[in-house]
Amino acid sequence: MYEILFKKILNENTKFMVVDAPEIARVCKPGQFVVIRVNETGERIPLTIADFDREKGTITIVFQEVGKSTKLLGSLEKGDKILNFVGPLGKPTPTEKVYGTVVAVGGGCGTAIVYPVARAFKEAGNHLISINGARSMDLLIYRREMEEISDETYETTDDGSCGVHGFVTTVLGDLISKGRKIDLVFAVGPVPMMKFVSKITAAQEIPTLVSLNSIMVDGTGMCGACRVNVGGQMKFSCVDGPEFDGHEVDYDELMGRLNAYKEQEEISDRLWNESQGGAA
Amino acid sequence: MSDRSNKAPAKKRERKPPTKKVPMPEQDPLERRKNFDEVALGYDAEQAVAEAEKCLQCRNPKCIDGCPVEVNIKEFIELVRVRRFMEAALKIKETNSLPAICGRVCPQETQCEQSCIYGIRNEPIAIGRLERFVADYARAHDEPMPEILDRIGRKIAVIGSGPAGLTCAGDLARLGYDVTIFEAFHKPGGVLVYGIPEFRLPKDIVMAEVEYLERLGVEIKYDYVIGKIRTVLELIDEDGYDAVFLGTGAGAPNFMRISGMNLVTVFSANEFLTRVNLMKAYEFPEYDTPVRIGNSVAVIGGGNVAMDAARTSVRLGADEVTIIYRRSMEELPARLEEVHHAEEEGVHFRLLTSPTEVLGNESGEVIGMQCIEMELGEPDESGRRRPIPIPDSESTINVDTVIVAIGNSPNPIIPQTTPGLDVTYWGTIIVNEETGMTSLPGVFAGGDIVTGAATVISAMGAGKRAARGIHKLLNGE
Ligand SMILES: Cc1cc2nc3c(=O)[nH]c(=O)nc-3n(C[C@H](O)[C@H](O)[C@H](O)COP(=O)(O)OP(=O)(O)OC[C@H]3O[C@@H](n4cnc5c(N)ncnc54)[C@H](O)[C@@H]3O)c2cc1C
Ligand code: FES
Repeated sequence: MYEILFKKILNENTKFMVVDAPEIARVCKPGQFVVIRVNETGERIPLTIADFDREKGTITIVFQEVGKSTKLLGSLEKGDKILNFVGPLGKPTPTEKVYGTVVAVGGGCGTAIVYPVARAFKEAGNHLISINGARSMDLLIYRREMEEISDETYETTDDGSCGVHGFVTTVLGDLISKGRKIDLVFAVGPVPMMKFVSKITAAQEIPTLVSLNSIMVDGTGMCGACRVNVGGQMKFSCVDGPEFDGHEVDYDELMGRLNAYKEQEEISDRLWNESQGGAA
Repeated sequence: MSDRSNKAPAKKRERKPPTKKVPMPEQDPLERRKNFDEVALGYDAEQAVAEAEKCLQCRNPKCIDGCPVEVNIKEFIELVRVRRFMEAALKIKETNSLPAICGRVCPQETQCEQSCIYGIRNEPIAIGRLERFVADYARAHDEPMPEILDRIGRKIAVIGSGPAGLTCAGDLARLGYDVTIFEAFHKPGGVLVYGIPEFRLPKDIVMAEVEYLERLGVEIKYDYVIGKIRTVLELIDEDGYDAVFLGTGAGAPNFMRISGMNLVTVFSANEFLTRVNLMKAYEFPEYDTPVRIGNSVAVIGGGNVAMDAARTSVRLGADEVTIIYRRSMEELPARLEEVHHAEEEGVHFRLLTSPTEVLGNESGEVIGMQCIEMELGEPDESGRRRPIPIPDSESTINVDTVIVAIGNSPNPIIPQTTPGLDVTYWGTIIVNEETGMTSLPGVFAGGDIVTGAATVISAMGAGKRAARGIHKLLNGE
């Protein structure tokens, strides 16, 4: 059992939790994830490690409530316990390297995942440009945190309520067309966002890393639920990733696979909302 | 002087017609297609005794040699015959710590029962069913705990709680070692729990065996992926374990090298069975994990895993379930009983057939599978006749779900994170056959991680050998 030591509501459907998991905190690295199961009837879901504190022995998770399982997790309060918390899984991001100029792109809740990796890039001595995008201002998260670690910070909103009116790709495209030398792009967010970021950078052959949020069961390479097509080869996100060369990922296939259980997810979500007295 | 014509045919001794096993009571096929309850219901005492009475009590029994852990079959059957069921159970437990499981899942027809002397003329004695009967009897009647030697204050780490790990842990605990099992999943049992379905091996039985180990003092830590949270070498160098046993199984699913394998409704048997068994997706939405099943399911493969996936599909409500296997009925590697049960439950078999492409629609769902017909050629290295495609025999079958059950490979997480651990080209760990020790002193291995996907009983046998090997090493022998 893993106790929730702290909980913060970042916005209407994005929650931030600090969980007591000393053995994972002792060894995890940026880019890795945990698989959690909230209770006995719960499903196993992967969540990227958003931060960790080796001394306090804690792991931070940030998640968007998109269905029953994340809503159930979000309903827990400080002092409550999560039944299973497995990690650290997946390969760490190679953050020790000095690339030169790194652009860290976070879309929506993805910014929470970008943050620890971006910080590590900065600490390794890279020049860090961050682009943080969301649909509107109230959905932008980690604004201060990103600002603090970045040499240059950009924010975008689809509706123009904050920062640049447009998408993260608007800013990225601008930087590229202005001839800024970019040595690495690291992007995490909704699949279409990662797809378009990769499309822009491919033209200039800028190395691009994306972190995929495939459906997973075990998270250790034993089921193949998380398989993705990378450069024409079958890869398992949980053990070969979750980060891959953005130019090689088959995003359309990934999107299809993410919708595999849509119907069942809707049933679970409806039942959950009903049980919470909400609308069906 | 003997005269040939004198030997009247009437003199020929009347031979009794060959006998059959006392039939196993089973759930009706039409009924069980709709539930996940156990199919075989087990003998009662009278049936068991009647079966045991047929045993010849051979002076040189062959059955015992046929058993990978050398259960004293002759003596336990005699104890059943005289109705000393608890003693019969203890007799089996001298060499087999998981009889309730083995009685249900061992391929007896290729092991003990194959060499049964009574079986030369008749159906062999139903050794598996008798084993199951006495183990179930003992569980229901408070079986006594075995003698445990005094704690000797030495720590052993067992990685993985499948049959290999459970057996190794049990044997070492009994010898007085402090044993900790590290398990990646949230439940113990390995394939026994996430792979083999409830209707073939009720999970309560596995749990009872695990509780028994816990009473022997074995500690189990869940959610521990060794190689990630802790490495094998750290367990020894930093955490003070005197020896480590690797029983991590062969859990990584193989897919075919044909197009369409990443379609949304193509699943590995591992994923499909894990969702249903470990995560209880058959009780969705009470349990949150979903499973998808179409109307027409093709299961590729012919082993136990394929049978389990096919029979699970039937129970989840698929209208048509077809096993696609590239050899013929004779070569099917699955247990005979499973093939028989699958047929009874309406599973179709399309033999001498191999898929060449899975076809999908624009949302990535399967809409058909192209297959080619095969014929059998010369035997290959495995001794089975090699299937050869027949030119121009391709056709498309109508399916909307494909389950791939063509085998599993060893999970590379531990080899990748344990420098100095020697593995084969296939990724299986190399051990000394006798002791179970790997290339790293103090690190042992056994089960599917060494042999590749095999059987429960062979994994148990390997766990036993390694326990002996560990005991010897730590006692300076
Ligand atoms: C669906 C199915 C049906 C089968 N039916 C039969 C049958 O009828 N009869 C029969 O004899 N055999 C059958 N088999 C084969 C049999 O189950 C296996 O041969 C046997 O379970 C192997 O035992 P094991 O202990 O080596 O490994 P497993 O049972 O695979 O157990 C390995 C355990 O190690 C854990 N693990 C893996 N990596 C790590 C890690 N890094 N850290 C911590 N833990 C880890 C896994 O989670 C798992 O619990 C079947 C197999 C399957 C998949
Ligand atoms: S989640 Fe099961 S293999 Fe990746």
